[in-house]
Amino acid sequence: MAEMDTSSSGGHKKGPGVKKGKKLSTRVDLTPMVDLGFLLITFFMYTTTMAKPKTMEINMPYKDENIPPDKQSKVKESTAMTILLSKDHRVYYYEGIGSDPTNPPQLQVTYFKNKDGIRDAIIKKKQKVEEMQRQGLLTATDKATFLIKPDDNSTYDDLVNILDEMSINDVKVYAIVDITPVDKEFITKTEQANGIQ
Amino acid sequence: MPKLKLPRKSTNIDMTAMCDVAFLLLTFFMLATKFKPDEPVVVKTPSSISEIPLPDNDIMMITVDPKGRVFFSIDNKNMRKSLIENIDEYKKLGLTDQEKNMFAIGSSIGLPFNQLKSFLAAPPDQQKQFEQSAPGVPTDTTVNSDANELAAWIRSARNTNPKLRIVIKADESATYPEVKKVIHTLEGWKIFKFNLLTNLKAVPPGTAAYELQQGGKKES
Repeated sequence: MAEMDTSSSGGHKKGPGVKKGKKLSTRVDLTPMVDLGFLLITFFMYTTTMAKPKTMEINMPYKDENIPPDKQSKVKESTAMTILLSKDHRVYYYEGIGSDPTNPPQLQVTYFKNKDGIRDAIIKKKQKVEEMQRQGLLTATDKATFLIKPDDNSTYDDLVNILDEMSINDVKVYAIVDITPVDKEFITKTEQANGIQ
Repeated sequence: MPKLKLPRKSTNIDMTAMCDVAFLLLTFFMLATKFKPDEPVVVKTPSSISEIPLPDNDIMMITVDPKGRVFFSIDNKNMRKSLIENIDEYKKLGLTDQEKNMFAIGSSIGLPFNQLKSFLAAPPDQQKQFEQSAPGVPTDTTVNSDANELAAWIRSARNTNPKLRIVIKADESATYPEVKKVIHTLEGWKIFKFNLLTNLKAVPPGTAAYELQQGGKKES
């Protein structure tokens, strides 16, 4: 034990010349020390960040000005779906890439929701492409492709959410693309039609 | 009946063992604690289902705060020293050794180059104030313009340490154009692979990712 027997009980008598020093106990009360110890433990426990932040990996499409436009990879109209992110966390989507000006796409509006949100639209599109593959309209290498176009009013949260939806729904091919003026016009028109300011 | 003489026990408990345990735990927590580097801005990252942990070292962190200010930081102290030397040489800032050391021990930087010298020359308590009102590193969509100082930082950082992983830590309320500028700058340096810092969120049940996760668990 951490104590020594220094009690004077039964101590032998010393000679008359020997000074009888007062014997102090070497036993220290450790309670305050323990208190302090636990206080510090509590402090360190609270300040420690055990959970490490997570990251999401993202690969942007390779962009090079030196590649001529005809060599750049093209997205098939039938496999593609364009997702536009707009203000107030609104999500617009339409089939195809909206390249045909004579036949403007029908924009659908939705939100990030677990049910009836953009997720269902993504799943539907994936199923549609699989169905077309079965019918032989598309080859096996064709995959559902999603073009993500965040507009200037969207937030970073929207971007991460939509990328997250891609991984949630196991979408293999997607790309973040700059929004075109045409797409912006689509949004404005849809907003006007729906009376959204 | 003889009286049972119970030995009088002391109410003092021996605290030594408890003290030992307390300090053992204390030592553990002290060694395990990695203090958060103080950042000038509070950033609330959005959440995703991604479970990739942030690597421990060789990180270049680009922070975008809610107001769209951009902060730049790298983690290694030695790396920071060579980075500031590189920047000093490249941009001819005329920093002294002391100012360079100040940069090496500092945290993230959110200032244009023309304010950097006065910031590093200021005493530490004034630096704090400086950081509060920091305008952020000027950013642009094109990498080659002089106004894009973030591009210069990235260039120098990659020169000093090519292994750097790039992490974007943006606030969830930061608008997309601000983040786009950062992404375009990275693309300008032909960096197409980078990480976005997120919080962990549970995978919603009934989705493809959920089934993948469940399937993986059953197999193992």
